[in-house]
Amino acid sequence: MNSGFGSPALDAASRLMTPFMLMFGAYVVVYGHDSPGGGFQGGVIIAACLILVRLVRGRAAGWVMPPEVAVVLLCTGAGIFAGVGLLGPIFGGHFLDYSALPLPLAPAEVRAAGSLAVEIGVALAVTGVLELIFDVLVEARDDA
Amino acid sequence: MMPEFLDASTVQYLQAAALLLIGLYGIVARSHLLRKLMAMNILQVAVIVFFIALSTKSGATVPVVPADAVDIDPAAYVNPLPHALMLTAIVVSVSTTGVALALLIRIRRRYGTLNESALLDRLRE
Amino acid sequence: MARLAVIPLLALGAVLAAAASGLPRIGDPESPAATHASPRYIARGHEETGATNLVTGVLADYRAYDTLGETTVICAAGLACWLILGGRSRGAGS
Repeated sequence: MNSGFGSPALDAASRLMTPFMLMFGAYVVVYGHDSPGGGFQGGVIIAACLILVRLVRGRAAGWVMPPEVAVVLLCTGAGIFAGVGLLGPIFGGHFLDYSALPLPLAPAEVRAAGSLAVEIGVALAVTGVLELIFDVLVEARDDA
Repeated sequence: MMPEFLDASTVQYLQAAALLLIGLYGIVARSHLLRKLMAMNILQVAVIVFFIALSTKSGATVPVVPADAVDIDPAAYVNPLPHALMLTAIVVSVSTTGVALALLIRIRRRYGTLNESALLDRLRE
Repeated sequence: MARLAVIPLLALGAVLAAAASGLPRIGDPESPAATHASPRYIARGHEETGATNLVTGVLADYRAYDTLGETTVICAAGLACWLILGGRSRGAGS
C-alpha cells in the first residue's frame, strides 16, 4: 500500500483528527486508574491513529513504522511489564508485588504507580503488535 | 407472549449458546478456511457475551468507585473480574486472528487456494 | 457430508439449553460469580490499589500475573506474524 485512499476530504478529516486521537489515546492510558480505560484501550486508540494515517495517505506521510521498530516497541512493552514485576523481588517483596517498591508515597499510591508503569508497558506492546500485524498483512497483499 | 420458562436471563444464555453453535457449525462444516476463521471469531464473541452476562447485578452500576468512597457496598457495583478477563480475551483474539490471517496468506501463496478439499487434493499430489 | 455436523451440534445445543435454566439468574447479586473473590475486589480495591476504576485495579494489580501472560501471548503473536510473512516477502520483493 504505497498510495493511500487519499481524497482531499479524507486528507483534511484525518489531519484534523490525528492529534486528538493521539492525545485521547495517551489520556486513556494515563487516566485508566480513575476513569474507564487502561493500557489495552489506549494502545488500541494510538495504533488506530497510526493505521488511519497510513490508510489515508499511504507511505507518503512518513508515518510508516517499519516492522523492526514495531517489534522493538512490543518487546519493550513486555519488558517494562516483566521488569516492573521483577523490581518486587529485588526490593524484598513478591513477584509483581508493587507495594515493595521504595517510593516516598502512601502504600496505595505506590501500588498505583507500579500498575501505571505496567499499563504503559501494555499500551506500548498493544500499539506495537497491532501496527506490526497491519503492516505485515498489508505488505503481503502488495507482493501477492 | 413468551412462554413461562423463557425469562430474560434464559434468553440471554440461549443467545450465547446460539452464537457458540453458529461458530462451531462454521468451523466444522464450512470448507473455506477464511470462513472457518470468521466462525472462530463468532465463537469467541459467544464466550465474551456469556462472561459479561455473568458479571451483571441488578441495580448495580459500572465498577468505577468515587475517589472519596468509604464502606463500599459490593452489591452496588457490577463484578469487575469478568470485565478484566474479557478485556484480555479480546486482545488475544485480535492477535490470534492476525496470526491466522498471516498463515492463510502463506497457504494461499503456496497452494493457490483456501478451499479445504482442494487443499487436501493438492497435498496428496 | 459436512451437513452431518448438524446432528452433534443439535445434541450439544440441547445440552446447553437444558443447562441454561440451571445457571444463576442474570443480575442476581447472590450468584456464585458475585460472592467469592469479587466483593473483596470491590470493597477494598480502591483502598488497596489506589485505582478508582476497579477493572484496572483487578487487571494491573490483583491479577497482574494473568496480564503478564497475556502480554507475552500478544508479543509472541506479533513475532509469529512477522516471522511467517514479514522477512521473506520483503526479501523476495526486492
